[in-house]
Amino acid sequence: MRFRWFSLLSSAGIVAALFLTPAQAQTATLVVGALHVGSVNDNGYNQAMHEGLLNMQANLPGIRVIEAEQVPESADSERVMENMVAQGAKLVFPQSFGYLDPALNVAQRHPDVIFEHPAGYKQAANLGTFWSDTTSFEYLMGQVAGRTTKTNKLGWIIGFPIPNILTSINAFQLGALSVNPKAVTQVIVDNTWVDPAKEAEAVNALADNGVDVVTMIVDSPSTVIQTAEARGIMSMGFHCLCAQNAAGDHWLTGVGFTWGPLFTRMAQQVMDGTWKSTNDVGNLASGYAALAPYGPLVSEDTRALVDTSKATLISGELQVFRGPIYDNSGRLRVPDGQIANFEELLNSTDWLVQGATGQIS
Amino acid sequence: MTWATVLSFIQGVASGAIRSGASIFYAALGEVIVQRAGIVNLGLEGCMLVGACAGFIVASRTGNPYVALLVAAVAGGAFNLVLGLLVITRRANQLASGLTLLFLAYGLTSILGADYVGKRINGLQQLSIPLLVDIPVVGPVLFQGDVLWFTMLPAAGCVWWLLYRTRWGLSLRTVGESRVVAYASGLSPRSLQYQALFIGGLLGGVGGAQLSLSYARVWIEQMTAGRGFIAVALVIFASWHPVRAIAGGLLFGGAIAFQLQLQARNASVSPFLLDMLPYVLTIAVLLIWGRNRQYQMPQGLSSVFEGTD
Repeated sequence: MRFRWFSLLSSAGIVAALFLTPAQAQTATLVVGALHVGSVNDNGYNQAMHEGLLNMQANLPGIRVIEAEQVPESADSERVMENMVAQGAKLVFPQSFGYLDPALNVAQRHPDVIFEHPAGYKQAANLGTFWSDTTSFEYLMGQVAGRTTKTNKLGWIIGFPIPNILTSINAFQLGALSVNPKAVTQVIVDNTWVDPAKEAEAVNALADNGVDVVTMIVDSPSTVIQTAEARGIMSMGFHCLCAQNAAGDHWLTGVGFTWGPLFTRMAQQVMDGTWKSTNDVGNLASGYAALAPYGPLVSEDTRALVDTSKATLISGELQVFRGPIYDNSGRLRVPDGQIANFEELLNSTDWLVQGATGQIS
Repeated sequence: MTWATVLSFIQGVASGAIRSGASIFYAALGEVIVQRAGIVNLGLEGCMLVGACAGFIVASRTGNPYVALLVAAVAGGAFNLVLGLLVITRRANQLASGLTLLFLAYGLTSILGADYVGKRINGLQQLSIPLLVDIPVVGPVLFQGDVLWFTMLPAAGCVWWLLYRTRWGLSLRTVGESRVVAYASGLSPRSLQYQALFIGGLLGGVGGAQLSLSYARVWIEQMTAGRGFIAVALVIFASWHPVRAIAGGLLFGGAIAFQLQLQARNASVSPFLLDMLPYVLTIAVLLIWGRNRQYQMPQGLSSVFEGTD
């Protein structure tokens, strides 16, 4: 049974809700705390994190997990982390980018507690970071989209045109181009992470213009996928394999994080005392992310092609960002034969590759 | 650009305007009644959220979107009565009370709706008027939509009739102009203001439900994304007139649809600039019509804004 309580938070008048699991009678082998910025059933990022924790708990019985949802990325998150430490947490996952600095503060005060932060760019002796590259998956998604589209027009709806998202779109378009030279990708910038009504209208606008495959990077994929389904166009998921829950027959595939094995390993290391602070970034072979199950519209040929591409990507024979790569204004961005510096792409991309268009500035 | 693409662009903007303008229209229509009674409800955003959340929960539990719509309306009405308790009975500051209630709604709906994030519901069905819907270009835009689209015009007409053609409306407007005069002529300002708040809340709740039951078909925290505040601004834009609120709602929704349609066609205009369009339009209209505002604004509101109450 879940016990819930809420508190009125912060003098700024922000009201947030926390949902905490109760203290269990028996002593746990390890208490793990986790903070989420949204709801853990959002079919998106937060649910992927939550499912990773559930998987860890199933793998290591005796672990107790304390989760808090809808924690603002402010000083409030420090208070929530302190609260978890006070409840005996020895491993804390601050599961959102904005928790990094608060987590470093709490980590400094509690050297005996270990923190693992997603996508963080700073580490401490007791704070490690982890993430997974998704561009290889987006390349494969692009291949599926490029081969399945009837109109050769693909669409992305994004919150903001930030470098790592533009890199994802570029990988997607490169994948689509690799199988369909006519494929184009149109990007719509929503200018917000959460506005389902606007997301719905963006899908309508893309569909009105002949786009027949859409995907998105916004907080929750539900609206985009459901609206696409209602308009009879195909959709792809992002962040969580569970995005498929919102879809019907027009679902193609998607990329989702599969953190379970990694979280299990981290918890085991904490219990064994072998944990070390690292920046653990997975690739296609690491299993920190996976391609979502295919929908009925994806042909056997396409599935076979994706399997081949996956194998050559893992072997390194195929590289997503191998030159020559031109941007959509015709400027050479990656010279012939060279492989783009991945860090640089993720941190400074402000262009779209050939065939991808959108007003990103 | 061919004629066909121009036509499809206009069609896209027009049907998008209706879809994205409807929620704002209903909320603004409710706020017209409330402000006509001399109350400014800055918590309208919260009222919409309560409607969106309650509607979604009921739709998820019962599977019937029409029952859900009804519950959403009543929930919005009930929420506004809390404001009534503060500003009518307790005579608290209207602006502060409205904002406080908004934050209460943020928290309340986040808690109550937590289990429903990511759930799927049967939304309001698309209906169309046979024959008329087959009229080229205009048909699919005007004669196809959900029940909330078809009730927009009747709702505005109904509110207009209530305000301008019934004794109740006259009394309500009297209260909004001057509580003292209303009281002296034997009316009960408190009761009338409560009634106005409740009806306004019903419409605010419907506006919120349009988002969760018809348009986006999801529940997520703070999904109204500022539409409640836009609706409050629209009331001024519509100079406290229910029929003009339709124009305001459509203009606002149209501005959103317009910018997304432009983006989908990769027109080289910055989406950040385009995002300002609805607000720029409102400011422009206020500037143009500003001169007449004193004349049109219910006198009772001036005490709210100028703090002389």
